[in-house]
Amino acid sequence: MSELATLSALDAAAKVRASEVSAKAVVEATLARIAALNPKLGAFTDVTAERALAKAAALDAARVRGEALGPLAGATFAVKNLFDIKGLPTRAGSKINRERAPASADATLIEKLEAAGAILVGALNMGEYAYDFTGENAHDGPSRNPHDLGHMSGGSSGGSGSAVGAGLVPLALGSDTNGSIRVPSALCGIYGLKPTYGRLSRARSFPFVSSFDHLGPFARSVGDLAAAYDAMQGMDPDDPAQAPRPLASTLASLGQGAAGLRIATLGGYFSKGAEPAVFAGLESVARALGAVQVVELPEAGRARAAAFLITMAEGGALHLDRLKSRAADYDPDTRDRLLAGAMLPAAWVVKAQKFRRWFRAQVLEVFKDVDVLLAPATPTRAPALGQKMFVLDGVETPVRANLGLFTQPISFIGLPVVAVPMWQKGSFLPTGVQVIAPPWREDLALRVASQLEREGVCRAPIGRAAEV
Amino acid sequence: MNFDADALIDATAPLLELTVSEAARPGVKLNLQIAARLAPLVMDFPLEDEAEPAPVFVP
Repeated sequence: MSELATLSALDAAAKVRASEVSAKAVVEATLARIAALNPKLGAFTDVTAERALAKAAALDAARVRGEALGPLAGATFAVKNLFDIKGLPTRAGSKINRERAPASADATLIEKLEAAGAILVGALNMGEYAYDFTGENAHDGPSRNPHDLGHMSGGSSGGSGSAVGAGLVPLALGSDTNGSIRVPSALCGIYGLKPTYGRLSRARSFPFVSSFDHLGPFARSVGDLAAAYDAMQGMDPDDPAQAPRPLASTLASLGQGAAGLRIATLGGYFSKGAEPAVFAGLESVARALGAVQVVELPEAGRARAAAFLITMAEGGALHLDRLKSRAADYDPDTRDRLLAGAMLPAAWVVKAQKFRRWFRAQVLEVFKDVDVLLAPATPTRAPALGQKMFVLDGVETPVRANLGLFTQPISFIGLPVVAVPMWQKGSFLPTGVQVIAPPWREDLALRVASQLEREGVCRAPIGRAAEV
Repeated sequence: MNFDADALIDATAPLLELTVSEAARPGVKLNLQIAARLAPLVMDFPLEDEAEPAPVFVP
């Protein structure tokens, strides 16, 4: 199989710009790899081959004419199927939504990546309506872990984790409400960036919980992650939740690494309820960064509870009409959570939103003394497909609701996080660490991730289970 | 929190014009019970009347 398909996005773009390879060759190699491996992985739900080849041809023609090409010229990417793709119904992992009219325009983030020269090759599997941490889907089948096909990819951006982890594409986009970028990144052994709440446009993506919904990229290298993130910044009048922030490029500062940064590990809530391999990975990261300090986020358990209630209520309210008319067409697990969410007392949700502001103020205090925080991403390595329960600290606990135990309090207040992959000796499945920065400081989290990658502490090898 | 999830479903579902089928009821009850276990963590936390909720609407 051609190695063009598994180049990093930046390497592919460099080769295309230097006329060493054509964008057409990169796209053809990518499409061939998807055709060969996706039947085993279940990562893609749509492949936009015709569109990708047309875009590649246009790019190659522009190169021949001597036009300047974008920083991601010829690099391929795919998006979680809750992003609008012109001409396709935006299914958001559901059966119901595939009856929608085809989208009339692409999501803003697709437009921005394509403006930088990247080429969309398709839409990716996800947990139904993003209410999921497993990557399983009752309608489309599961997206599978690229390192062991019998295990979960993580959710809800499971196809994004599976596709990037298996080397089908160097870049993917997903969404993260309570952990849906960080969980699949950790389970699939890749890098994922959940930017600050309000940083990137959510326009023309299917929502879940307006208070917490974020969009962001996945990649197998920190350079690709930063390049994609840089390309997607910028104000968008189509997203009323976006914050007015100046562009803050990150790629050029990656080389600074962790120099001069005060880095601490999160204790308390974040130091319990995970398997030893997860804490071993976290300790390796802390040791490599010389992070000896341990700090606590006050009331992190309450933060998780508040995020849980707001998610249920906003999700239930969003889906109310469909729950009335189409309840039988939902995945039963999703349906039951949404029905319950629609019935929560309003006082719980209002109090949870008040608590959210209180918690934000406490965490901003913590960031006066530290620049970056480290925490586990998930409590365990990838559970087996279909696994309903796992044991955390001796207590049998449901997998689906608890894979996001450590991610939920962080997205609750919209902090930027890079999930970085760790490998323990003898394990075929990775663990993940959250590298957490203050609001609007994605650059700090990316710098730390870049140093960990450069020093070989973190790595994201292609998962080749589907190639066997 | 010990509460009767069936009673909540029976009272609230008609108000929302929702039908909770027999197939859905056990799952809905389970999720309401999880929420009810978590709610005291939020509700018992003391905050003053003046505490603003997180979202701020900018007209």
